[in-house]
Amino acid sequence: MHHFEPTLLGLIVLLPLVGFAINGLTAFLAPERKAIPTVVGPAVLGLAFLIALTNFLRMLGAELHEPYVHSYWSWMPVGNLQIDAALQLDQLSMLMTMIITGVGTLIHVFSVGYMKADAGYARYFAYLNLFVFFMLVLVLGASFPLMFVGWEGVGLCSYLLIGFWFKDRKNADAGKKAFIVNRIGDFGFIVAMMLIFSNLGTLNYVEVFEAAPAAFAYGGGVITAITLFLFLGATGKSAQIPLYVWLPDAMAGPTPVSALIHAATMVTAGVYMIARSSVLFALAPVSQVVVAGVGALTALFAATIGLAQYDIKKVLAYSTVSQLGYMFIGVGVGAFAAGVFHLMTHAFFKALLFLGSGAVIHAMHEAFHHTHKDWDPQDMRNMGGLRKYMPITFATMWIATLAIAGVWPFAGFFSKDEIIWQAAAHAVGPYAGWYKLIWAVALLAAVLTAFYMTRMMVMTFHGENRTGEEERKHLHEVPAVMWVPLAVLAVLSVVGGWVNVPHAVADLPVLGWIPTSEWLHEWLHPITEHADAIMAANLPALAETAPIGGSAAFWAIASFGIAVAVILVASRVVGSRAYRPATEAPEPVGLARLLYNKWYIDEIYDAVVVRPIVGASKALWRFVDQGLIDGTVNGLGHASRALGWVGSRLQTGQLNTYAFAVAIGVLILLGFVAF
Amino acid sequence: MLTNSLVLAAILFSIGVLGVVVRRNAIILFLCIELMLNAVNLAFVALSRAVGIEGQVFVFFVMAVAAAEAAVGLAIVISIFRHSETVDLKNFNLLRW
Repeated sequence: MHHFEPTLLGLIVLLPLVGFAINGLTAFLAPERKAIPTVVGPAVLGLAFLIALTNFLRMLGAELHEPYVHSYWSWMPVGNLQIDAALQLDQLSMLMTMIITGVGTLIHVFSVGYMKADAGYARYFAYLNLFVFFMLVLVLGASFPLMFVGWEGVGLCSYLLIGFWFKDRKNADAGKKAFIVNRIGDFGFIVAMMLIFSNLGTLNYVEVFEAAPAAFAYGGGVITAITLFLFLGATGKSAQIPLYVWLPDAMAGPTPVSALIHAATMVTAGVYMIARSSVLFALAPVSQVVVAGVGALTALFAATIGLAQYDIKKVLAYSTVSQLGYMFIGVGVGAFAAGVFHLMTHAFFKALLFLGSGAVIHAMHEAFHHTHKDWDPQDMRNMGGLRKYMPITFATMWIATLAIAGVWPFAGFFSKDEIIWQAAAHAVGPYAGWYKLIWAVALLAAVLTAFYMTRMMVMTFHGENRTGEEERKHLHEVPAVMWVPLAVLAVLSVVGGWVNVPHAVADLPVLGWIPTSEWLHEWLHPITEHADAIMAANLPALAETAPIGGSAAFWAIASFGIAVAVILVASRVVGSRAYRPATEAPEPVGLARLLYNKWYIDEIYDAVVVRPIVGASKALWRFVDQGLIDGTVNGLGHASRALGWVGSRLQTGQLNTYAFAVAIGVLILLGFVAF
Repeated sequence: MLTNSLVLAAILFSIGVLGVVVRRNAIILFLCIELMLNAVNLAFVALSRAVGIEGQVFVFFVMAVAAAEAAVGLAIVISIFRHSETVDLKNFNLLRW
């Protein structure tokens, strides 16, 4: 064990920024030279990943209880407010950096194949590099304001990339929607920062988390307000109820963007923020139950919508919203490591699913393009039977599906199961009833997850092909530059969960031989121990059994069994249905119609929020702005013109008149003098 | 004696003012202005007997200025006449709203 000192930490952050500069200049000066972004875009990410990996390996063998903070320069020295441009490297930010640069590299490589025919190739890589830069600032910044810089930066890049094909009005609108909805969350983040500063006088992580337990009473009003406002920020960025509506629309962007930004990294920023502020949340039990409750509600709600979507990316979008809900259950109940664990495994299998769907869309698009068919290449009703044509995509996506559905031994089994169990285990203390409900909802959502993912796979890859005779000949597997990232992510989706096999497995009768390692928990222990201590001091011991009985190991096996059963049932149910291409398919009816239209939430928001605001704005514009303010200003103008007109009548141009006026004036003056 | 002189000056001045106010012909207007100036001169001279020599000195200044003014003014009147064949001032009302 030796002292840990990171190498080239600043370079990890800087490299993507350099890539942005080079690709951005290319986009302006020579957009047709695609060789430059092809090399620079993935290379800066790859280098950053190598540096991060080096640091990670050195950190593994080192002792690091206190976070490593390096200040580069003083950024905001304003009176008491001293904020440095400082980076903080600890176990949590190290893990996030590994995920961002690692998954990011794979997605950059995939993008080379996916975007190769696009005119905005260099611009695309410029945005993508800029996104990674801001994301790294978000996770490596050593204070809340620096996190906020990254927070806003990734929001900007998200906006730019959702509206990447901005010539289509729909895409530009989706970008605006994402940006505006996120503003609501950002408001919460800012208010929380102000509250923290006014109570603690600092915004640096180390100082805030050190001072918080003494400064705030357990369950006090101020800390509850701070954490709820922070959570409001998280609901915006991480697409939770009530601010999740932007994420499904964000699928208007290129598919690798959906994989990187809207599945693997940016949308998990809220989870990271809560894990980072674990001390604050542990002090506010009400906020914890709100976080977990909103997470559970979102997990279930989004899963129901995912059941009835036909657009392959929409299914994955709602799946992402749902899985993010699980992460919030994890960090909400106080199992911060479990939430981060699911964040990591989700980054693997959801990036894989999105890239796989990208491969499918790519193949479908080319097939339709050859025969000039104007069918939607993303509609699963137009697909079917693709496993014959795209075996690698088929196999890797099934791995990811098994992972997300929670099938042993894939990654999602370990992380999701742990979150569900933690919800049960934390059902103690004053809000035990709520946590029991959250546990049940999480279980139900897991069933739905397995169902809608199987439905997606069956509709896409199994059964009869529905693309059409001519088009079928042009269906083929994607090039290596695209399937190799899929394969790497598939491997990660298999082994990713094994870093954190719970010790409880050792007690099982048949599976006792499995090596257990709660490595991730131990790794994150220096981050979570303060929060754990606060909760241990204020809450009763964790429950040993689930609300309706059964130990952790029992429920692990049970949820595995449920997942397998649901997948089998779903493949039979969905496989037996005869789908027809989208153009001739009947409209969904009944409950399916309600789910297909996403519970009409967008329409409700439109009626309840958007229209009243637009209406009130129009009223203010017409009556206050145009009527009152413009009226006053214009009225003054008209009045002075009218007065001027009256005065101008005196100017006749006739000398006699002037002379007469002068004479009269003199007479009057004389009159004054004389009398 | 002084009173008579001042009354005469006042009468002459008033005639001048009246002329400027009611007549339209530029030449007549000019004559009326000269009349007013000379009425003032008369008043100066009359008062100088009672007050001092400065009044008479001032008259010379007024005469000099009036001569210069007459020269410039008549030149303007001539150029006005060349421009539009008339010196009736009701036709010259460009300087108005």
